[in-house]
Amino acid sequence: MSDEGTVQLAHGGGGRAMARLIAEVIRPTFDDPELARGHDGALLGIEGPIAFTTDSYVIRPLIFPGGDIGSLAVNGTINDLAMCGARPLYMSVGLILEEGLPLSLLRRVLASMRDAAAACGVRLVTGDTKVVDRGKADGMFINTAGIGAVVAPAPIGPQAVRPDDAVLISGDIGRHGVAVMAARDDLGLEMAIESDCAPLCAPILGLIEAGIGVRCLRDLTRGGLASAVVEIAETAGVSIALEEAAVPIREDVASACELLGIDPLHVANEGRFVAFVAPEDAERAVELMRAHPVSAGAAVIGRVGDAPAGRVSCRGALGVARAIDMLSGEQLPRIC
Amino acid sequence: MKFRDEYRDGAAARRLADAIAHTVTRPWTLMEVCGGQTHAIVRFGIDALLPPEITLVHGPGCPVCVTPEAYVDKAIEIADRAGVILCSFGDMLRVPGADGDLLAAKSRGADVRVVYSPLDAVAIARADPARQVVFFAVGFETTAPANAMAAVQARREGLTNFSMLVSHVLVPPAMRAVLEGPGNRVQGFLAAGHVCTIMGLAEYQPIAALYGVPIVATGFEPLDILEGVYLCIRQLEAGRAEVENQYSRAVTTAGNRAAQAVMAEVYRVIPRRWRGLGDIPDSGLGLSGAYADLDAERRFGAVVDGDDAAGECISGLVLRGERKPPECPAFGGRCTPERPLGVTMVSSEGACAAYYRYRGAA
Repeated sequence: MSDEGTVQLAHGGGGRAMARLIAEVIRPTFDDPELARGHDGALLGIEGPIAFTTDSYVIRPLIFPGGDIGSLAVNGTINDLAMCGARPLYMSVGLILEEGLPLSLLRRVLASMRDAAAACGVRLVTGDTKVVDRGKADGMFINTAGIGAVVAPAPIGPQAVRPDDAVLISGDIGRHGVAVMAARDDLGLEMAIESDCAPLCAPILGLIEAGIGVRCLRDLTRGGLASAVVEIAETAGVSIALEEAAVPIREDVASACELLGIDPLHVANEGRFVAFVAPEDAERAVELMRAHPVSAGAAVIGRVGDAPAGRVSCRGALGVARAIDMLSGEQLPRIC
Repeated sequence: MKFRDEYRDGAAARRLADAIAHTVTRPWTLMEVCGGQTHAIVRFGIDALLPPEITLVHGPGCPVCVTPEAYVDKAIEIADRAGVILCSFGDMLRVPGADGDLLAAKSRGADVRVVYSPLDAVAIARADPARQVVFFAVGFETTAPANAMAAVQARREGLTNFSMLVSHVLVPPAMRAVLEGPGNRVQGFLAAGHVCTIMGLAEYQPIAALYGVPIVATGFEPLDILEGVYLCIRQLEAGRAEVENQYSRAVTTAGNRAAQAVMAEVYRVIPRRWRGLGDIPDSGLGLSGAYADLDAERRFGAVVDGDDAAGECISGLVLRGERKPPECPAFGGRCTPERPLGVTMVSSEGACAAYYRYRGAA
């Protein structure tokens, strides 16, 4: 199948065209023995408890500085598994393609999924393809589901968070959101900011293998650091105090946020996580995280308190604390 | 970050706060005019650094907040028409009219587009000559010049499918209205620095003289605001009521003459109804005779001023500085950004939204 063509409705119709798309484009790219069997599903053997997650990906533009919808979809699901304290193993790929999508773009996205999966030793073992009318799918949507083997010795989650726990972040915030906004090009922002889109399994597995008392992990996605921390505070029934000066942020990202009137704490990330760890482990955890390129900018940014439950505060430049809440509605740039 | 961190320095802030504390001898109430200043005050906790004698009340300088319901309704009505593209700044999309907002219109199929510059709306009109493109032009003197440039550009290109729904407002008449309000408690102003960048300082002299209030053109960073408060308090304690310029890195006495010239060409001063403040003479801008053919109200019918449904919302009192958001019984309970009773809780520059966002519900 040549690179010149585009996706046609027939490619999702279940007939010859679809069989060719799968046989000539998708299966050779992912190149997995389970796919090669051409069966209705994958047969897998896993021992012990498993983690299972799914997520759907819609983004405009499909290709952005630092990644594309393919790497986003694979890394996103890898990260969700890692946050459960699991080693990611297998993934499914559901493609919803828009009629007219260039095949060259599809190939590029599939290759990027393959590379992202291979980088973490994850196999893409089953999938599905549908085609919808032109104008109905922003080019393409992707759903991925993933299975991982749980390696954490104790349950990881908000329920494990205790007062005095340290709050760590794996690196500077806001890059993905600002990179995508800039790439949409209706802002006229010209800057060299790349998305932070990356797999986070290596530092997470590193923390667990080193015996760090990891209480809770959460990757930062839409809603940013603020939403992740507020969610955890509410579920765990604790308060959390952050230090604004300790939260790493690149100068160009901070400038862009200032210009748009948005709070970097609310801006999306795709390769950052917060870790809640036992206070005595905080320093060692930061060192372990810094050993991995993807979390080289790790830092302690706050501490858990006992009351009031669900309250997150952030001490700012003038030493006065402000309340942190989840984002309300959509992020809309201000008038002046 | 250059030009930012140097105005957010904690030690310098404490020095200014000390200077204010040493100067003040009795209670004073100051109003910061601009919603951007309100947000900086609440976000950084500037009020917490001030001595108890000083009360900061929040002014009407939130363009979204003061745009009357009737204009939002008109924008929705226009957007709902077939063959129309309505362009707006993002902030306006959540502002409730009598029945829903522009986001709701968009979700039921209206072509509502967020633009970041008014010239983007002109480009949309150029690219789609078969459809009418209407730009919802709101804001103070800060956005008026750029919006005027859109009109000039559309005229220059001879675009017949571009028009503007204009609801511009002017700051100095609103300051007069605040001072003449029956419940006024404002004794000095921190004027909106960015408005002064455009318009200069001349308009404020008569207000300072007539009402005996100091007016300090003030910037938006924490140290700007603290210095503005200091200059204002120094005047009040000395019995002076003058126009002073804290924001001299951006504001000159004459202002931006090129911006003023394009405003004078495209607009004329008209009376305007403000949400929360009512009718204020000479407080708005409409299109001038030379640009009247670009007036969306000519193409799609005039806006009819109505009484905004207030219910239990006290945003009028908040916009006049007579109440602070947490003094409202509905604040944080029956009124939140998710389910707002009034526009000061909706807009990213609204005072109620600032308190909710940075201080929490209680």
